[in-house]
Amino acid sequence: MSTQVPETETETETEAETEVEHDEPLAPAQEERMRKKAEARADREERARREAAERAEGDDDTYHLKVFRFDPEVEGKQEPRFDDFHVPYEKGMTVLDALIYARDTFDSSLTFRHSCRQAICGSDALFVNGRQRLGCKTQLSDLDQPVRVEPLPHAEVEKDLVVDMDHFYDQMEAVEPYFDADELPDGELEEQRQTRENREKVKMSTRCIWCGACMSSCNIAAGTNEYLGPAAINKAYRFAMDEREGEDRKQHRLNILEQENGVWRCQTQFSCTEVCPKDIPLTEHIQELKREAVKSNLKFW
Amino acid sequence: MYEHDVIVVGAGGAGLRAAIAAQEEGADVAIVSKLHPVRSHTGAAEGGINAALREGDSWEDHAYDTMKGSDYLGDAPAIETLCKDSPKEVIQLEHWGMAFSREEDGRVSQRPFGGLSFPRTTYAGAETGHQLLHTMYEQLVKRGITVYDEWYVSDLAVTDEERPEDRTCHGVVAYDIQSGELSGFRATDGVILATGGPGQVFDHTTNAVSNTGDGVAMAYRAGVPIEDMEFIQFHPTSLPSTGVLISEGVRGEGGILYNSEGERFMFEYGYASNDGELASRDVVARAELSEVGEGRGIDDEYVHLDMRHLGEERILDRLENILHLAKDFEGVDGLEEPMPVKPGQHYAMGGIETDENGETCVGGLYAAGECACASVHGSNRLGGNALPELIVFGKRAGAHAAGKDLGTAEIETGQRGEYELGEVDTPVQPGEVEPAGGEGDAVADGGVAAETGSGDGHDIVERAVTRERERVQSLMEKDDGVQHAEIRSDVQESMTEHVNVFREEEGLKRALEDIAEARERYRDVFVKDPSRTFNTDLIQTLETRNILDLAEAITLGALARDEFRGAHWRKEHQERRDEEWLKHTMLSWNDGTPELWYRPVILEGEDKEYEPKIRSY
Repeated sequence: MSTQVPETETETETEAETEVEHDEPLAPAQEERMRKKAEARADREERARREAAERAEGDDDTYHLKVFRFDPEVEGKQEPRFDDFHVPYEKGMTVLDALIYARDTFDSSLTFRHSCRQAICGSDALFVNGRQRLGCKTQLSDLDQPVRVEPLPHAEVEKDLVVDMDHFYDQMEAVEPYFDADELPDGELEEQRQTRENREKVKMSTRCIWCGACMSSCNIAAGTNEYLGPAAINKAYRFAMDEREGEDRKQHRLNILEQENGVWRCQTQFSCTEVCPKDIPLTEHIQELKREAVKSNLKFW
Repeated sequence: MYEHDVIVVGAGGAGLRAAIAAQEEGADVAIVSKLHPVRSHTGAAEGGINAALREGDSWEDHAYDTMKGSDYLGDAPAIETLCKDSPKEVIQLEHWGMAFSREEDGRVSQRPFGGLSFPRTTYAGAETGHQLLHTMYEQLVKRGITVYDEWYVSDLAVTDEERPEDRTCHGVVAYDIQSGELSGFRATDGVILATGGPGQVFDHTTNAVSNTGDGVAMAYRAGVPIEDMEFIQFHPTSLPSTGVLISEGVRGEGGILYNSEGERFMFEYGYASNDGELASRDVVARAELSEVGEGRGIDDEYVHLDMRHLGEERILDRLENILHLAKDFEGVDGLEEPMPVKPGQHYAMGGIETDENGETCVGGLYAAGECACASVHGSNRLGGNALPELIVFGKRAGAHAAGKDLGTAEIETGQRGEYELGEVDTPVQPGEVEPAGGEGDAVADGGVAAETGSGDGHDIVERAVTRERERVQSLMEKDDGVQHAEIRSDVQESMTEHVNVFREEEGLKRALEDIAEARERYRDVFVKDPSRTFNTDLIQTLETRNILDLAEAITLGALARDEFRGAHWRKEHQERRDEEWLKHTMLSWNDGTPELWYRPVILEGEDKEYEPKIRSY
């Protein structure tokens, strides 16, 4: 009793496929990040300009939202459709704020997940104007109207904007996502020392909030449910690159990642990296694991 | 019906730690949680975890700071337990691989926090809670512990003996959010509530939308006393538009607060001439609002927190998350401009009365984390003391429920031992509203233990399920009435207006009237969405009842306590009055009416007695 959202073309899907050489240095990826930063700054400035223009127009503006609706149980809602909501705009209003307003004011059956509203619980990843975004950290003023709000593509819709996350969780758990040191230091008050550099190396990978945006944006993951996907591979990266785990453990992790549905499925389209709300360089991490896998195999030749 | 040895309700820091500990003791344990574990509010904690790890520091100093910070309203056995156990627990997290920030020598970093005599706050950037939550969830996965996620626990299955101390908890009733099915969960050894705080009682809060105090309200209605509810912590630095938290770590690293005149008011106006920005949270929150009240606020609402002088490198190393929050939610670049901040509801010091093993007075019922009150925070929690509380008491509750002998607790629970009854003059009758039209009050604030009777655990759980099914049915069947969102927002606004940082008798009474009116309206509440699938309309309607009960408890406690202590400021009573008020405010839900009573604070620790001293800043 559920359906797939009609597939909409994402911005990232149109991106040219850039095949990255396995042993290439990271410089292009860094450049990419710098470029994104500059873009983000330009976006902010643009937003400030727009806000100023809006202030001049007065505050009785409304925002027009087109929200995807579907309920398997309720008559009249079994056919997917879009509902229009006109939400009074206040400065700083996010997509999530607008959805909450629409739900509390117009239609209490409008259903979506949300909790922390500060981009850390990861429950409100949505497909907004053709791109995976967190509802809570997306300013309405950054979007063209009408704002189209849909559930994450490539996942089963349970109701309205809520999708089934089970497959995502299964993939996350398939990579043995837990720390496993060879041996612990003597004494229960003694730390396993970790260098600052190593902590820095794994830092970005630890920031994943399990929102599922990357998985939803990935063409390969859309094509096969078997592919581990960017989030799970990133989770494996977090442990494989941690110097406190031993060599055997690392080899075991690489074995998991090297399998048919592991890192080699990634076609470096960067769509996961593009949409990640925590700026994790996912594609870069996947490439690095490919290199590690090749290196470790060479040892046996 | 599902059956396990131990059932943990809630999957934040305390719940996960409890489940791991119970399993380590050999119990078959399951977690039932309305959110998937990684969505829990623990993930939003930023600052850090206090633990005496280094030479020059000691658990005794940590205990002393905590007692002083609590304004002498914490119980020494609980505080000493917290401070003794936290080093081991923090290193346990480290052994589980938690990505702490590191010193040059590879050990975990520590930084200064408000009210601490030693820089003993360990941290992982400004995302400590996120790292802690995920690390602990990883351990859960490793151990294969069962999680029923997106199941909303709506009631406890407790027997109905007259005295709560004679009752036993046999399980819970939970609603599968995805399918709409109600089921019983029987726990043969114990139920552990780890449901977090009630931040949604207020409308300007750092808390997640899910923090509706479900566990506290359920335990309260099952007869368990709730303790020190009036003590609500307002964090001095939340973003004005959303309430999003800006960590105390900013001030810990040297961030400075300025008023609209560009003055460093913490010193300039003598709010805390010794500690400045690093005074306790209650002191800083009052200082900020005083500045705004005296016309030196910005936009008549907030003050500025400046960290630019710390330099980009240090900010990126230790506070990077803060840059993102300020940018995403306030449009401010913390590297180039000061950030707007104002006080926001942050933490409930009070909660379900437990001893230092996490046990309540009802047999088989435990609580840990923010929903519990052991009590370690007294009237004011020190920054960095919430996360160790989760892991220390989560672990103890889990281990104890699974049968580990932790020794006899020194804190007594329930109306046993020494206590006195209290009285408070209220403008309206608090508690349950007479049922409309004389019908059974299945919807509103029904007394919980009333219909469960006795019998074996299985029967008790079955009966609780039946009763809960009727309640949900009647909410779903009504096709007209009031919607929860209206009631909820009215109560939240009244609480923020009247039961905030500054409290006056008149306002507190006004809040009680508003809550009573909301209770009246709640009798007509209805769920508009007819669907069984993911019906958030229904869940929020059930949550709103919890918000009502807790808003009332907070306000009653605040009205009764006519002194100024810790986070509790009263306009008419500007002194801490130790001779009368070195005692905990207790509320028991007595046949639908809150009963007020008091229990003395335990200032006697293992080796020393904590002597109340005047707090000076």
